[in-house]
Amino acid sequence: MFDRRFVTYFDWGLLGLTFLIGLIGLVTLYSAVTSATPTPQKTLYFKQMIWYGVGMAGMVFCFLVNYKSLYRWAPAIYVVCILLLIYVLIMGKYGGGARRWLVLGPISIQPSELVKIAVIITLARYYSKFSDTRGFTLRELFTPLILTAIPFILIVKQPDLGTAMVVVLIAGFMTVFVKIERRSLLCIVSACTITGPLVWFLLKGYQKKRILTFINPDRDPLGAGYHIIQSKIAIGSGMIFGKGYLKGTQNALSFLPEQHTDFIFSVLAEEWGFLGSVVILFLFLMLIIWGLNIAYRCRDPFGTILAVGITAMMFWQIFINVGMAMGLMPIVGVTLPFISYGGSSIVSIMICVGLLMSISMRRFLFE
Amino acid sequence: MGKYLKTADTDWYKQRLIRVMLCVSGAFFILLIRLFYLQVIQGQELRRLSENNCIRLQSTDAYRGMIFDRNGILLVDNRPSFDLSIILKDAKPVDLTIEKLAKLIEVPVSELMKKIGHNKGISSYKPILLKQDIGRDALAAVEVRKFDLPGIVVDVKPRRHYIKRQSAAHLIGYLSEINSDELKSGKYLECKGGDFIGKFGVEKGFEQFLKGKRGGRQVEVNVMGQVVKVLKTVDALPGQNIYLTIDYILQKKAEALLEDAAGAVVAMDPETGDILVMASSPSFDQNAFVDGMSYKQWESLISNPLRPMENKAVQGEYPPASTFKIVTAIAGLEEGVIDENTTMYCPGYYKYGNRIYRCWRRGGHGSVNIFKALSESCDVFFYQVGQKLGIDRLAFYAKACGLGSATGINLDDEAEGLIPTSAWKKRRTGISWQGGETLSVAIGQGYNLSTPLQMLVLTSALANGGTRYKPLILKSVKTADGDIVIQTKKQVIGMLPASKNTLSIVKKGLREVVNSPKGTGWIAHIKGMDISGKTGTAQVVGRANDSHLSEKDIPDHFKAHAWFVSYAPSVDPQIAVAVFIEHGGHGSSAAAPIAREIIRTYLEKDEYGSQLNAEISKQ
Repeated sequence: MFDRRFVTYFDWGLLGLTFLIGLIGLVTLYSAVTSATPTPQKTLYFKQMIWYGVGMAGMVFCFLVNYKSLYRWAPAIYVVCILLLIYVLIMGKYGGGARRWLVLGPISIQPSELVKIAVIITLARYYSKFSDTRGFTLRELFTPLILTAIPFILIVKQPDLGTAMVVVLIAGFMTVFVKIERRSLLCIVSACTITGPLVWFLLKGYQKKRILTFINPDRDPLGAGYHIIQSKIAIGSGMIFGKGYLKGTQNALSFLPEQHTDFIFSVLAEEWGFLGSVVILFLFLMLIIWGLNIAYRCRDPFGTILAVGITAMMFWQIFINVGMAMGLMPIVGVTLPFISYGGSSIVSIMICVGLLMSISMRRFLFE
Repeated sequence: MGKYLKTADTDWYKQRLIRVMLCVSGAFFILLIRLFYLQVIQGQELRRLSENNCIRLQSTDAYRGMIFDRNGILLVDNRPSFDLSIILKDAKPVDLTIEKLAKLIEVPVSELMKKIGHNKGISSYKPILLKQDIGRDALAAVEVRKFDLPGIVVDVKPRRHYIKRQSAAHLIGYLSEINSDELKSGKYLECKGGDFIGKFGVEKGFEQFLKGKRGGRQVEVNVMGQVVKVLKTVDALPGQNIYLTIDYILQKKAEALLEDAAGAVVAMDPETGDILVMASSPSFDQNAFVDGMSYKQWESLISNPLRPMENKAVQGEYPPASTFKIVTAIAGLEEGVIDENTTMYCPGYYKYGNRIYRCWRRGGHGSVNIFKALSESCDVFFYQVGQKLGIDRLAFYAKACGLGSATGINLDDEAEGLIPTSAWKKRRTGISWQGGETLSVAIGQGYNLSTPLQMLVLTSALANGGTRYKPLILKSVKTADGDIVIQTKKQVIGMLPASKNTLSIVKKGLREVVNSPKGTGWIAHIKGMDISGKTGTAQVVGRANDSHLSEKDIPDHFKAHAWFVSYAPSVDPQIAVAVFIEHGGHGSSAAAPIAREIIRTYLEKDEYGSQLNAEISKQ
């Protein structure tokens, strides 16, 4: 029911922050696609604007809905998303060495993006139901493990290692947040340290090689290693003040592969330099803190944990994508929220923001 | 358990949230530090590297595997080819650079500009090929003035080199540039445009072994696009080397003997199936395919009536003529229609129905048994054997001897030949089989067609006592370091449909062909060597038309084809040879001497040994 307080409590700050980051995203994307040779891909730019529109609609829908209803709908949402994942493995459109997309007429969607949100909602429901200050024991963690493992395996089969990793990291973040019982934690840690080397010994030579190359891209100087070097050069060449808008030479000469998705941060860093990069990092940090603040002010456990989960998703994507561009992390295909090109990425992030808004503006409701 | 379980409340959450906020901020701080490192501390250096795309990737071609003969004589390897390219972005001002270059290498400016014109659209950092395979003089001229030629790059690329020009050309095959259909087909995943792949023969059949894996390197270039530092290298993997079964000494001899005639010589080791010789004439220069030939040259190859691009040993289908009598003899003996004592009378002709079927010897052979019929190639004897067998029984034995179907040799486009049956003829022409046609088939004329390879496999099987081996062209595959990857073993594809007794009778007949002065193959006789064989003379037009002319007066294209199949020594044979000459005339005069010389070369061990040593020391 429409309540005047919705308007008063509406989180205009979050909306403004989102618009600001989104705007920066569009501007950077324009640079990345126009200066591409041999042919500038301006169509991507217009497509992205359309996706922003769709995302906005999603966002509005989300904040109009009471987030608490998600509690009830969690199982259904989860099951539907899992079914979509299975469907995409069988019938999905093959592109770039993976089956990730479902084609519905002119649009393609990535179910893996939706699944991230589904996992967050489902885990939030479970954790809010059973949480206590002692923390979760191994036995209690069994269900969340299964709930995370199923989508993880399905996504890995696509294969989309990056998104699968993000799912696990989000789940991990949320789990650590609701506390793992001390002894269980000890068990888990020691189990990992023992099985880790064991698994390593059991791996075949070429599998070990792959993992090593994955962790250290320099071992693949003609492939991933080359991308990382070009990305670092792009970022570093920005120096303090940047090369100026549309004047990024690395970007213009297309030495940065995937510059409109994986390496979009490098484009930004090259053109705006240290100053510009610090600004965008600062804005991202604000976004995360804002989300955590919403969790802080929320009065029911479900909303709190949900907000934490959503924030975790944004955090991991930002951290991994930027870290990867700077050569701190192995190369995985993880999009930078609001900035990377990608319909599913934009829409899912805006849905997340919508959910945060939903939580934020209903904090006065007691139930 | 004893602890009282407290449900989490908002305060507890708030506490944890503070901690989370701190952790997150810490993580961002790490990012900030890294950013600072890259942009402020390394900024200057990275800015420099970003100019002019300093760090580039170059790919290095892999060395294609070499091809050797069975004794290790090198037949095909790679030689360095210097290719001249230009990188437009580095070569400013382009016109001036091209002018200077044109003068140095003595090539007209227009030719160079044409190459650039074609490729204007491509990213200006990609090298555009200006001239392939510039000679060493041009190379020296360019290298010396490198500082004055920005954007000009000389690449050393390995280029296929067929050392023994035209020798075993059909067997070895050639390379050519990959075309767009092949690239799209998905069979050549690691190739890109401009790569050379095997298109014919062994080069194509064993492409997976021969091609290596391309490598690459990360290089730093200066403002003129010239490499100043190699940062990282991924070595190209050379292809694996192939050892063929053929014997170059024999191959060379066979090709010299064939000269300009159209025909084929194939030879095989009867105990293993190894192909020792595969020569088809006329041949062609494989280097022309690699170096690029003009349209005119291609036209002349294609339109040459002697069909140089055809491998006559496996693709040529011809009537086997009297060599087919081996099959008829086997069939007759096995079916009990004749035995070693059967005699027939040959007056020079045979009456069947109301037609006269002539024997090649006008006066006839007189009284013949199977041995004389084989050694003097009496048609009348075999007409009658064929008549008694009937076409379908005869066809059965022919097929069991391997005729009418491919041997399965590892080469493209092997022809199957043709063995007619009554059912086949009905299907093909709608007319029933006529009894008289069996007579023609029995002496290898009529609808019969076989390839020289098929006749060779049959002869080999006869020589070794009845086992048909698959003809092998690959002996082994070794890595560049010499480790053996594959060592082929002999493969049995069938047995001759004949008892030991039958085989010994036929072999005795074949021995007399060469060792008896009246034998049609007497010309192949070598004192001290025991050679066996069978001649064949395949009529091209009906005999009636030219029977009044002597051999030399018949125009070439009406001359019969010449066949000779043989093996030596008769006991414990080491080599089987099949020779076929298109329009060669008589098998005895045209084909048999060639087989004789090849056998002589192979079996005269001292002479063979010294020739081999000479070849090897040349390498």
